[in-house]
Amino acid sequence: MSRVITYAQALNEALAHCMDQDDSVFIMGEDVGRYGGIFQVTAGLQERFGVDRVMDTPISEAAFVGGAVGAAMTGMRPVVEIMFIDFITVAMDMVINQMAKMHFMFGGRAKVPMVIRVNIGAGRGTAAQHSQSFHAIFQHIPGIKIAMPSTPHDAKGMLIEAIQDDNPVLFVEHKKMYIDKGEVPEEAYTVPIGKAKVVRPGKDITVVATLNMVAKALAVAEEMAGQGVDMEVIDLRALCPLDREAVLASVRKTGTLITADEGCHTGNMGAELAAMVAEHALDSLQAPIIRVAGPDTPVAFSPPLEQAFIPSEQDLKDAVSRVLEYL
Amino acid sequence: MDIPLKTVRQLYRTMVVIRAFEEKVQDLYARGHIPGLAHLYIGEEAIAAGVCANLGDKDYITSTHRGHGHVIAKGALLKPMMAELYGKETGYCKGKGGSMHIADVDLGILGANGIAGGGLPIAVGAGLSCKMKHPGHVAVCFFGDASSNNGTFHESLNFAAVHKLPVVFVCENNGFGISVSQAQHQAITDIAIRAAGYGMPGQTVDGNDVLSVYLAAGEAIERARQGQGPTLLECKTYRWRGHHEGDPNQGGRYRSKEDIQAWVEKCPIKRFEQYLSKNKVMTKKQMQAVWDEVELEITGSIEFAEQSPFPPLSEMYQDVLA
Ligand SMILES: Cc1ncc(C[n+]2csc(CCOP(=O)(O)OP(=O)(O)O)c2C)c(N)n1
Ligand SMILES: [Mg+2]
Repeated sequence: MSRVITYAQALNEALAHCMDQDDSVFIMGEDVGRYGGIFQVTAGLQERFGVDRVMDTPISEAAFVGGAVGAAMTGMRPVVEIMFIDFITVAMDMVINQMAKMHFMFGGRAKVPMVIRVNIGAGRGTAAQHSQSFHAIFQHIPGIKIAMPSTPHDAKGMLIEAIQDDNPVLFVEHKKMYIDKGEVPEEAYTVPIGKAKVVRPGKDITVVATLNMVAKALAVAEEMAGQGVDMEVIDLRALCPLDREAVLASVRKTGTLITADEGCHTGNMGAELAAMVAEHALDSLQAPIIRVAGPDTPVAFSPPLEQAFIPSEQDLKDAVSRVLEYL
Repeated sequence: MDIPLKTVRQLYRTMVVIRAFEEKVQDLYARGHIPGLAHLYIGEEAIAAGVCANLGDKDYITSTHRGHGHVIAKGALLKPMMAELYGKETGYCKGKGGSMHIADVDLGILGANGIAGGGLPIAVGAGLSCKMKHPGHVAVCFFGDASSNNGTFHESLNFAAVHKLPVVFVCENNGFGISVSQAQHQAITDIAIRAAGYGMPGQTVDGNDVLSVYLAAGEAIERARQGQGPTLLECKTYRWRGHHEGDPNQGGRYRSKEDIQAWVEKCPIKRFEQYLSKNKVMTKKQMQAVWDEVELEITGSIEFAEQSPFPPLSEMYQDVLA
């Protein structure tokens, strides 16, 4: 049976399910206990599972992310919440040198089955240190899976998958999406990390999007359909493993690629996709690849500047117009 | 106590400005005039006022997410402050920083900071430049009880102590980091005891008693000016409002109305007003005159902010690199 719940509630159900099934699963983070997490994702879980399994940590990101690494290596399945992705920087050694490397460096002798939940995104007036979308940084580091669910349905299924995965998973949410609603089955299920989804098939223009950009791409696709342009929208859903085949298959069909992700333009997810297409499907391209992305600036506080930072439907439409000039 | 009367009156005025400013922000925020996040300092005014009264323009401070009080006490002007909160071009940071990032390097304000514990190493660096280039000047670092658990605390205090840097670490212990009480985030009650582990003096004072703060900070700052190294000064206090405006029921998820009320009774400003009356430093009428004057100044700052334009979109691309 499915019903309509929010993205935050879907994540909450995934956490509750995994904690119910497996007593090695536990949660650590700032204000995740009686406060229920700053975005209410862990609401009610401490009451249900106790203070040892839903732990309010000190403001010590290096200690609790590193602590999760150590716990994961010794039989636990920690799920860590970093309040805003911006604060993961405090724990970067633990993420990049420790968590991501253990399995390989120890010749496969250690496993690090843990999840780090983070949120990205501007739009809440929280300025340069609470609005970043630098998730693509982690794509450069081998050894970390990166999940990016764009619907409540995928949020639940991918979080269960992430917790059950034997690898470290960076679970990237968008802070503006927590109150988005969607159909979510009551029962438990998994959604694979590493399989993109064609959310709207089309034959003219390929758009590959993440998180909040998926809905914007779909809205633009509907509008363009009225003008006789048939857009294909792919929800990438993960940066690692990267579903190259899904992207290449679409590009070979449409001869075009527009990417859409809120991260700053330089080095964002679209850069990797563009390089990959240039390497493997250059012959198919009929138009330049266009990246719809945040500008190469920090996020400003001032509301008009902040709004201008966020890639919009208009930016997508402009990209489509440019591509159409070549078709 | 031989504190000059002028200083005593200044301490009072600074606290009043902070309180009145924050109460206005509270109201403006509730009415949707101020976007984003506002972490108010109401109830903690004595700390910023008492510490900064010992500082000059050439001394530095680093501030926190709860920074309005620090920057006011360090001499920030209300007009560009308010404009910054509105995200206007005339703000201290051209509207690009907002409440959590007010800075004026010319006034020695090295920025409010959105990262809990982010300011400690910056203050160490300001201490380094004082030692190398501006002997006699100091850096004061404000940070909260919960932020003392960030690794930057350890690294910064050790660094400052071993190099005898002119830095005063001022911990504002208001008993909470968002919803997490001090007892839940650290196994000690007096953070000042940690000073021993770094080989520097540590002291705990009543952070709601502006004179105690002023005197203790004065001693620490004087030691720093004399080249005798850093101090850890802990000021115990309480925040009256929620963690930020919009925190449901002023933190009702994690503390009781009675707890809040008990601290409201210990209001640092009321308390100082009683002192001023009793010692005949100021009459009730003179005190009221301060409030009235401050009220006018704040009203002026709001008008200034509201009449100022937003920055043009091109401003987004400015200042990324110097
Ligand atoms: C590195 C980092 N982790 C988490 C946060 C989120 N956060 C902002 S303020 C805060 C609590 C700070 O408590 P404290 O230092 O005691 O200052 P107070 O708010 O009580 O003044 C937290 C957890 C942050 N800003 N930076
Ligand atoms: Mg605190």
